[in-house]
Amino acid sequence: MPESERVVTNLNRALGALLDKDQRVYVLGEDIGDPYGGAFKVTRGLSTRFPGRVLSTPISESAIAGVAGGLALAGDRPVIEVMFGDFAGLCFDQLYNFAAKSVSMYGHRVPMPMIVRCPVGGNRGYGPTHSQNPQKHFIGIPNLSLWELSPLHDNAVVLDRIMDRGEPAILFEDKTLYSRRMHRDGVISGPLRFDFPGGDGNWARVYVGRPDPADYVIIAPGGLAERAWQAAADLLVEHELTGQVLVPSRLYPVDLEPLLPAVRDAGLICIAEEGVTGGTWGAEVANQLYGRLWADLKRPIRLVSSADSVIPTAPHLEREVLVQSETIYRAVCEALDA
Amino acid sequence: MSEPVTADLPRAVPAARPADQPGERTAVSGEDLDLLLLIRSFEQALLDLFSEGRLNGTTHSCLGQEHIPVALRPLLGDADHIFSNHRGHGHYLARFGDPAGLLAEIMGREGAVCNGVGGSQHIHRGRYLSTGVQGESMPVGAGVALHHKRSGDGGLAAVFIGDGTFGEGAVYEALNLAQLWQLPLLVVVENNGIAQSTPASVHTAGTIAGRAAAFGVTYHHVDSVDLSEIRSAVAPLVRAVRETPMPAVVEFSTVRLGPHSKGDDTRDSAALAFAQDRDWYPRYRRLLGDRFDHAEGRQQARVADTVRAVAARPPARWDA
Repeated sequence: MPESERVVTNLNRALGALLDKDQRVYVLGEDIGDPYGGAFKVTRGLSTRFPGRVLSTPISESAIAGVAGGLALAGDRPVIEVMFGDFAGLCFDQLYNFAAKSVSMYGHRVPMPMIVRCPVGGNRGYGPTHSQNPQKHFIGIPNLSLWELSPLHDNAVVLDRIMDRGEPAILFEDKTLYSRRMHRDGVISGPLRFDFPGGDGNWARVYVGRPDPADYVIIAPGGLAERAWQAAADLLVEHELTGQVLVPSRLYPVDLEPLLPAVRDAGLICIAEEGVTGGTWGAEVANQLYGRLWADLKRPIRLVSSADSVIPTAPHLEREVLVQSETIYRAVCEALDA
Repeated sequence: MSEPVTADLPRAVPAARPADQPGERTAVSGEDLDLLLLIRSFEQALLDLFSEGRLNGTTHSCLGQEHIPVALRPLLGDADHIFSNHRGHGHYLARFGDPAGLLAEIMGREGAVCNGVGGSQHIHRGRYLSTGVQGESMPVGAGVALHHKRSGDGGLAAVFIGDGTFGEGAVYEALNLAQLWQLPLLVVVENNGIAQSTPASVHTAGTIAGRAAAFGVTYHHVDSVDLSEIRSAVAPLVRAVRETPMPAVVEFSTVRLGPHSKGDDTRDSAALAFAQDRDWYPRYRRLLGDRFDHAEGRQQARVADTVRAVAARPPARWDA
């Protein structure tokens, strides 16, 4: 079987398909034009194929987000790249007070289809202002949905799904994923398999062998998914604990229903994310799960986040702060007294 | 198109007086006069309603600035997008002539143009949009202008901002982009010399003309309150914005007669007298005599009827 494509290629192809089939689509961002093709090469080739609709911009995140809002308001479908998700703070007003609010604050629905792509996360040695996971700062904004790149979800499907909502959305892309391979046909490697319970393809479920009743489940967004299933493989080998890893495409609003059958009977629910602790996505998911499953839960939900810290640059320091596979492994062991 | 002026802006109140009296060059049309007085009567009625405790929240009147959207009205077409701001009642009335829909919005009554959700400073209707964060509309206007440019429909985005808005970085990001990409973006600056309570002399270094020049953006200054004079000066510029296309900044020296919102005016009597001295209203009245008074009577009666009718309506309903 030929090797599957890299995540960056899959995303590039999805953007190209979006531009190709819909003349209303724009892609804007800093340094995204050829020959450079973006800081992470996600847009490589697109400005050549779609001149006039793939535009390199000045270093002006507020204007980029505002222009996207204007295009959406006028009936277009912009995608913007914020070179590092850390810089989303520079366009926060446009997303929080204009794009998202405009959907409903005028008393009638105003469609605002736009996607804000944010490369995020650490383990690359980029230091405190180029390594963060800012997802939590965008949770709970009406009409703003949050999504996460994953090696299990095909981006052509994801981008269509986001645009069709007619509302602004942020797609968080863990930078370490770009060079990874997409997984397909339900196979990751060895005995690791995945499927999509729930029918709509939003939640991927990773398991070893068969998706049996699990001693524990780990809920983890795309950037952390590989670290989570590595932990699951180790837990099986070393402690004979059976687990599932549940990976959402859409982070928020949280789509709980497809999760409930899998998590209801689990001995432990662990929610892992790379963002630093405090006011986290995991806390939001846990709060919603407590409301639905209180009577069935065997144990408190276990949250795993990065330390309450800036992200250091030196690799040994960075590694200590960020959630690794061992962090998840230890958290599950502790909770299950394994 | 004139060169950027080098007058010593900013200033607490505009220093120069208009050279011409209104209507000396061209007669004021009945339609223009009615619209000027509709806006004035509407804003005065709002302040009355507030003092009677009949309005909720806040509002920002455009008393003293009514002539600007009235002058620009025939220069902007249905295909154009207009972005207004917190002080936007005049912009809305000049576009739609719909005091009942606007008042219902402000009072949260049935028939409100945005079902009472947006209120005074968040209005969307067709290609008209206002919002309440300073400078935010400039990049959005640039995006809409990009849409117009690519579609080749000859439309433009007109963004109304104030002198105080020039404190926001979004203004400069948008000016830069609009000039780089040659977007049909018409920036209308209503420089009333004061940002809430802060005079221009302590909120703006340099000049607005200088800031436009820094980006190579075409700039024109308007000191007149004469509608015909304003239109003949600005029309070629608006045409160039549309047809080139390109951005332009048109700065109006104007005055804010009333408080920032309600009962929050800390200006001294000299500053207020200076503002009143530059108001278009007494000049038009002096020039037009009985015709002015009759028109004002009609508009005041129209607004009073609107207030009575809207106040009697049931609350607005929002089916989110």
